Amino acid sequence: MSGLALFWRRFRRNTAAVGGLVVLLLIVGAAVFGPVLHPVDPFDMLGRPTQPPSARFLLGTDVSGRDILAGLLHGARVSLVVGIVASLAATVVGLLVGAVAGYYGGVIDNLLMRATDFFLTIPSFVLAIVIVAIFQPSIFTVTAAIATVSWPSVARLVRGEFIAQRDRDYVRACRALGMRDWEIILRQILPNALPPVIVVSSLMVATAILTESGLSFLGLSDPDVVSWGYQIGVGRSVLRVAWWMSAIPGVTILVTVLAINLVGEGLNDALNPRVQQR
Amino acid sequence: MPPTLAFLARRLLQLGPVVLAIAALNFALLHMAPGDVADIIAASSGGAPVEFVEELRRNFGLDRPLWEQFLVFLGRLLVLDLGWSHIQQAPVLELVMERVPATLLLMLAAILVAVAAGMLLGILAAMRHRSWIDAVLSILALVVYATPQFWLGLMLIVLFSVTLGILPSGGMMTIATDLSWSARALDIARHLVLPSLTLGLFYVALYTRLMRASMLEVFTLDFITTARAKGLSETRISFVHAARNALLPVVTLAGVQIGHILGGSILVETVFGWPGLGRLVFDALLQRDLPLLLGVLLVSSVVVVLVNLLVDLVYGLLDPRIVQR
Amino acid sequence: MTALLQVEGLSVHFDTVRGVVRAVEDLSFAVERGQTVALVGESGSGKSTAALSLLRLLPPGAGRIAGGRVLLDGRDLLALPARDLRQVRGAAVGMIFQDPMMALNPVHTVGRQIAETLHHHLGQRGAAAEARVVELLRRVQVPAPEQRMRQYPHNLSGGMRQRVMMAMALACRPSLLIADEPTTALDVTVQAQVLSLIDELKAELGMAVLLITHDLGVVWETAQRVVVLYAGRKVEEGPVTEILTRPRHPYTAGLLRAAEWREDGGRLAEIPGSVPSPHAMPPGCAFAPRCPLADDRCRAAIPPIRPIGPAHTAACFRAEAA
Repeated sequence: MSGLALFWRRFRRNTAAVGGLVVLLLIVGAAVFGPVLHPVDPFDMLGRPTQPPSARFLLGTDVSGRDILAGLLHGARVSLVVGIVASLAATVVGLLVGAVAGYYGGVIDNLLMRATDFFLTIPSFVLAIVIVAIFQPSIFTVTAAIATVSWPSVARLVRGEFIAQRDRDYVRACRALGMRDWEIILRQILPNALPPVIVVSSLMVATAILTESGLSFLGLSDPDVVSWGYQIGVGRSVLRVAWWMSAIPGVTILVTVLAINLVGEGLNDALNPRVQQR
Repeated sequence: MPPTLAFLARRLLQLGPVVLAIAALNFALLHMAPGDVADIIAASSGGAPVEFVEELRRNFGLDRPLWEQFLVFLGRLLVLDLGWSHIQQAPVLELVMERVPATLLLMLAAILVAVAAGMLLGILAAMRHRSWIDAVLSILALVVYATPQFWLGLMLIVLFSVTLGILPSGGMMTIATDLSWSARALDIARHLVLPSLTLGLFYVALYTRLMRASMLEVFTLDFITTARAKGLSETRISFVHAARNALLPVVTLAGVQIGHILGGSILVETVFGWPGLGRLVFDALLQRDLPLLLGVLLVSSVVVVLVNLLVDLVYGLLDPRIVQR
Repeated sequence: MTALLQVEGLSVHFDTVRGVVRAVEDLSFAVERGQTVALVGESGSGKSTAALSLLRLLPPGAGRIAGGRVLLDGRDLLALPARDLRQVRGAAVGMIFQDPMMALNPVHTVGRQIAETLHHHLGQRGAAAEARVVELLRRVQVPAPEQRMRQYPHNLSGGMRQRVMMAMALACRPSLLIADEPTTALDVTVQAQVLSLIDELKAELGMAVLLITHDLGVVWETAQRVVVLYAGRKVEEGPVTEILTRPRHPYTAGLLRAAEWREDGGRLAEIPGSVPSPHAMPPGCAFAPRCPLADDRCRAAIPPIRPIGPAHTAACFRAEAA
């Protein structure tokens, strides 16, 4: 409990991070309660197409006369769910690969790191496109594709942490006590290696949201839900006469990603404090 | 053989495993895809009798065991056969290679913009460390990091093409046949401005931050004190003594980013109708042309490895301590 | 006639989260033309900070000059506009540092780094500058200078690098050379060569040398005058024979004893205790907690510098007892 309090005190010192957190909470609130408070189906054609913002349609209508605000609120759910789940999945895979490679070293390390480097070399966005295209766009395939291209950076980080920790005295002591490898990995080393991983995976949520928006802009999104990238893609066809239609979801993405990045930096300052003398 | 050539040769040999791995990945993806080539052809010809589809499968060797199919797949790769696009009715390699130059041009322009501007702004931020310029640059960098590239492209079109009307909104050149080569180059350059800016801006922000941190690190080194003790001005010290040393870690990271830049250019190209790999991907997606998509993945990976090699050579030029072997 | 370099009441402070650290406090000394003065002290005594402050070379954020004057030929370097100061650095005053590997830019050839000084101060460039670089390298006894000048610092040995640093510092025939621990990072055999080279060039160019060192052996061989620093303050100053044979400050005496013992190959006769933390300076003499002669007066007030012999001063209430 005091650890948590200490963490919060350090986090609070970073004003930008606290601001980011407030904005992020607002967006999460909008995603959770928005569709309830503004109960409009984002696929319903409700009015004249391509209307600018007005009292009836706060953010206007799109080329098919659909309510842009409703789309934005539903899109928040998609962006957040895909971003968070993809990052979690990538973190778990990355942790597993990195921990095994770093702990055991040798041939296992060599093989796993070759695979990791391979995934870091190939253009990840192209691979994501191919995966989604082959398995048909859906929330699940988009999430899986983003996770597939995101885990290598976590694996590299975790491996480094494990290599730094594996020969420390406490690990030797655990081995001497006859503790099993998986116990040492999960219970002993992992908690020590976790802080930088938390920072990286929180920042990964931002990247994942950007990737998802790129995919859905290309038309690679679940046809049953509205997402921000898809909205930008829809607005693109009338860019010359109704620029706001693309601008609004874009600004939403920007603000969301910015907020997550600020929170991530705040986490970094709070979890990995570098003592600043002078 | 001179050491640099030997280095090049060995690095090129290292391409082999990468290509093999991508081939395996491609093969795996192709076989995990619902429906095979025969189904797609049958579907595109508007439904066909089962016997015809079976016949097609036999013709394509799809009834053979997987490992045999994989060997055939690899054998084709050896003679640079990346498959056939049934939709465009052309060899995949040909379709892809046609588009590579345009993508390379866009990537190169974006990298040049990013390295040049990022370096200058990074030096400026470091020289004016903790001033208002430094603060403004940091905030701008944060905003740029959070901006979706394709959306930035759209907004730039709105501003520069639609509203101001000073730059073309898409394509690579004006359709006109009677242009001299210099007018043609200028025309392409004008078309290149917005896409390369869109693609490069993210990296401008990234390299500004990296360069700033790297400069501040270099500023603490002893040889900077030596340069001051020689009576040199701060500007000369920053640009002549610190910048080249500070650039080294930035170049290393630029190498790591090549794949990311290529991925970004896919999106930017679709926004600006730039006739490169991105457009090809977009069209292939619309027509569900899987062999073509997989070809793009393979070729773009090879491009990344090759550009990385180029970056390593540049690093060798910048740092005399590196002997490339 | 005034001294070439006159340092008066120099103070350098560091602002830290735990308060102000007085790295150098009220330091005064003079260097006559053609003379070698040694600034002696342990690491952390403030001697390198003082040396860097003379040309205002302290990195930004790493200490500020809180007061005093540094007169070079009567001109106060601390009050000079930055532009004018840059005309002094590398021209009238040359400087060499402890670790020549770190002090040379790794990505430029050594020739280019020497030529840069020539170009900046004398406007020399091209073939003339190149010929002068070769001449300078030859003068500091670098063999095959035509080839060496095209090499990078990492291609040279430690001794060669320090010679390159000297060629750079001497390029504009300075009247003062500041040498900050010039031999500490070098092999023992190379140390002697570099020191005798400094002596030779000093005689030839008629320049003065301010030598910063912790090595009393080096002081004995090269210096005419010695200034001893402890915890940022001057504790004793005098002619080298006086200081090294008849030290009057207990700290200097302790340093000498430590040095003698080491030459015998015996155990180190270390001064008991350690340098006080800069954050917790005693109210009186900084050396009092370690001093065998200290009394209540020493612990209450900082002893002033006072003359105790011909050209010999010390900051000790009990100098006569030492």
